Amino acid sequence: MRPSIPCLLAAAAAACASGGAHPAAAAAPAVQVPAPTAGPESVSVNRPQYPSTYQRHANRPVVITNATIMTAAGQEIPRGSILLRDGKIVAVGATVAAPPDAIKVDGTGKYVTPGIIDVHSHLGVYAAPGTDAESDGNELTGPVTAEVWAEHSFWPQDPQIPLAIAGGVTTIQALPGSGNLIDGRSAVLKLVPARTVQAMKFPGAHYGLKMACGENPKRVYGRRNQFPSTRMGNMAGYRGAFIQAEEYRRKWDKWNQDHKGDPPERNLRLESLAEVLRGNIYVQNHCYRADEMAQMLDLAREFGFKIRAFHHAVEAYKIADLLAQAGTAAVVWADWYGFKEEAMDGIQQNAALLQQAQARITLHSDDPGGIQRLNQEVAKAMYDGQRAGIAVTRDQALRWITANPAWVLGLDSVVGTLEPGKMADVVLWSGDPFSVYTKAVQVYNDGWLVYDRNDPAHQPRSDFELGQEPPPGNDR
Amino acid sequence: MIGILLAQTIALTGGTVFPVAGPKLDHATVLMRDGRIVAVGTNVAIPSDATRIDATGKWVTPGLIDGGNQMGLTEIGAVRETNDATVRNDTVAASFNVAEGINPASTLIPITRIAGVTTTLAAPAEGLIRGQAVLIDLDGATIEAMLVKSPVAMVAELSERTKEAGGGSRAGAAERLRHVLDDALEYARRRADWARAQIHPLAASAADLQALGPVLRGELPLIVVANRRSDIETALRIAREYHLKLILAEAAEAWQVADAIARAGVPVLVQPLDNIPSYDGLGVRYENAALLVKAGVKVALLETDTHNARNLRQQAGNAVSNGMTWDQALRAVTLSPAEIFGVADRYGSLAAGRVADVVVWSGDPFEFSTAVEHVFIRGREMPLRSRQTELLDRYKKLPPTY
Repeated sequence: MRPSIPCLLAAAAAACASGGAHPAAAAAPAVQVPAPTAGPESVSVNRPQYPSTYQRHANRPVVITNATIMTAAGQEIPRGSILLRDGKIVAVGATVAAPPDAIKVDGTGKYVTPGIIDVHSHLGVYAAPGTDAESDGNELTGPVTAEVWAEHSFWPQDPQIPLAIAGGVTTIQALPGSGNLIDGRSAVLKLVPARTVQAMKFPGAHYGLKMACGENPKRVYGRRNQFPSTRMGNMAGYRGAFIQAEEYRRKWDKWNQDHKGDPPERNLRLESLAEVLRGNIYVQNHCYRADEMAQMLDLAREFGFKIRAFHHAVEAYKIADLLAQAGTAAVVWADWYGFKEEAMDGIQQNAALLQQAQARITLHSDDPGGIQRLNQEVAKAMYDGQRAGIAVTRDQALRWITANPAWVLGLDSVVGTLEPGKMADVVLWSGDPFSVYTKAVQVYNDGWLVYDRNDPAHQPRSDFELGQEPPPGNDR
Repeated sequence: MIGILLAQTIALTGGTVFPVAGPKLDHATVLMRDGRIVAVGTNVAIPSDATRIDATGKWVTPGLIDGGNQMGLTEIGAVRETNDATVRNDTVAASFNVAEGINPASTLIPITRIAGVTTTLAAPAEGLIRGQAVLIDLDGATIEAMLVKSPVAMVAELSERTKEAGGGSRAGAAERLRHVLDDALEYARRRADWARAQIHPLAASAADLQALGPVLRGELPLIVVANRRSDIETALRIAREYHLKLILAEAAEAWQVADAIARAGVPVLVQPLDNIPSYDGLGVRYENAALLVKAGVKVALLETDTHNARNLRQQAGNAVSNGMTWDQALRAVTLSPAEIFGVADRYGSLAAGRVADVVVWSGDPFEFSTAVEHVFIRGREMPLRSRQTELLDRYKKLPPTY
């Protein structure tokens, strides 16, 4: 596909369609779109591919004082302070020196955490009100649709977005559904009100490639008497696709080096898969059963790529050691089970057992309701683990929805903890975020006060909600 | 009812007891014998043969009651072989009582009860008239042993999901419901004519019309699932026309007509954590339950996910953070559902004579940090074991021992 060298060197990170740029480029302002030129850029693949137009909102510095600061980086500071300026966390500690123009927020009795990251959301692609008209998450016209991109379905006016913001979520990975073996590319988004998805795209984020194991693809196609209809069919399907991708990558890598003759024919499907093989796109693999995850780890070895994370992974606890060894994250629910056969063995200690095995754990919602209370889901999983005698610290548990999902997206140097230099994605909570009675009071995204429970001026509403009851200022 | 066979006497001593029907009691005793509560108070004489359980520092409440699911009627959501909550191809299924579809061996039952939910509705799942729901205790080797009350209510639905039963219009569905109710009255009046086939064709089978008799006599409540304000108002209208004992369920936009619901004396079953708008309920909001209670409506809280009925306490906690008082929320998962389902003389409170469904918690039952320490169903202590605790034990250390 595209020349890999210009991409690696490009300052304009998002001009590389794969999003394969280093996260350090994340703070770069809106990308300049280079004009097509002679030579390699006369090939469409080398032109900008739906680049991020995300821009930070200018705002005054903010200092929150006298709050319990949970850094997700090993510390819980009682009566601490945090200073946000120019979209960055500047200082965290018992006291911080605040500039005179800083907005002062009294955090007495309140808690501060990093913004929550949900790496498995269908916001925008399965938007409310949930009619067929908004059902844009599953391209069920063939078992391998690596060519579809979730961002091309994403509806920024989904009324579920403001609800998730009010729950303290600052970054999401919007995924295609799981009906196919290879479902398409994810969109990694700043969860801010915007007119276009481009204005939400997290600069420099890696694309994910959603893949799905097990019941879903074999059911969707099996019912049509099409391939695949079995789990062995599923495996053959992935392998066939990656064999083609290897060939495609070889052709493009060669042409990118020598530019001899016409460029190879462009194929969007194989382009996504080739980017997985190059390590630029992260595999985000829907997979429930332990034995199937083990199969997928072998598949990844066969083709020389890494699976970044297994999503849903209700049986991850059965192979916690294998996952820790492979360096593949497990993205799980606190307590969902039983809604389908492959989800029958879900247990409430899944996350804690994985933590015990030192595997990388993330909690996800996969649900427009659950995304609003991921702090509660973490609390359940943490306490259920502790009650079973598994050591889990509050800091570790908080990392399940902050630092660890940041890693799943390749953004761990940019977001996910309260440390100086990190993006100012910060939530102020009314109390301990692990209490059922606690709510997000303020949500800062890149330093911007995007939600304030006590100020209707900072309670975004989607276009869809205008003219409807209930009025603004409620929790819907 | 092994508890009765063993004639067990159990005294929970020293706990903070929430009788629900009365004020909180500190350092109180709950005495249970033969499956019933025999005394609750701070000055209870404990018989010498009683098994004493020290509940000092613990919170003691009635077992929680969830009125919102298909317990015993489903094992695996997507596996049809394990589902018994719906009579398909029959949108008027009034004669369908779910009881004989209940599986006392369902693994969901221990999973749910060890989280403090001791009693649930087992309700039919789909249709204009879905069928008859029953109330069950989450213990018992047979269906008979589990049943608390059967039937407890007829269940109908007026929503975007059932308007197809009226040809695709809400008005059509409401009219069809009235037609069935009219014919049930006609059938009751003219049984002899029906037997001689001297009656116009009726809108449902004789069995269904017969089953609607108790509903039309006001003996059996009619639960109507309705979310849109106009659907809720239709349910209220039909209930007035036919003098029905109505219970509203789900009721996303009920807060918008809370006063009318209160005036009609109709209770509402609400799942607090619902706020995703659909065209069936654009006005859905977290504060629904609190606003209804404020208007004087009797509310019971639900967790409608059968597999996670154990999260009823999370629902209750969220109802509190969205405007209910803590006491109102506790009542809404104990005594209020017992009253709504007509079993408050036996369930939902801790008082002499009540069935001994009792839970001992390490603290506030709605908090995630709180553990369930003891669960009694009909006076029998439940082992805190389930299929899930066995999976945990097997895989706590890897590799597992098979």
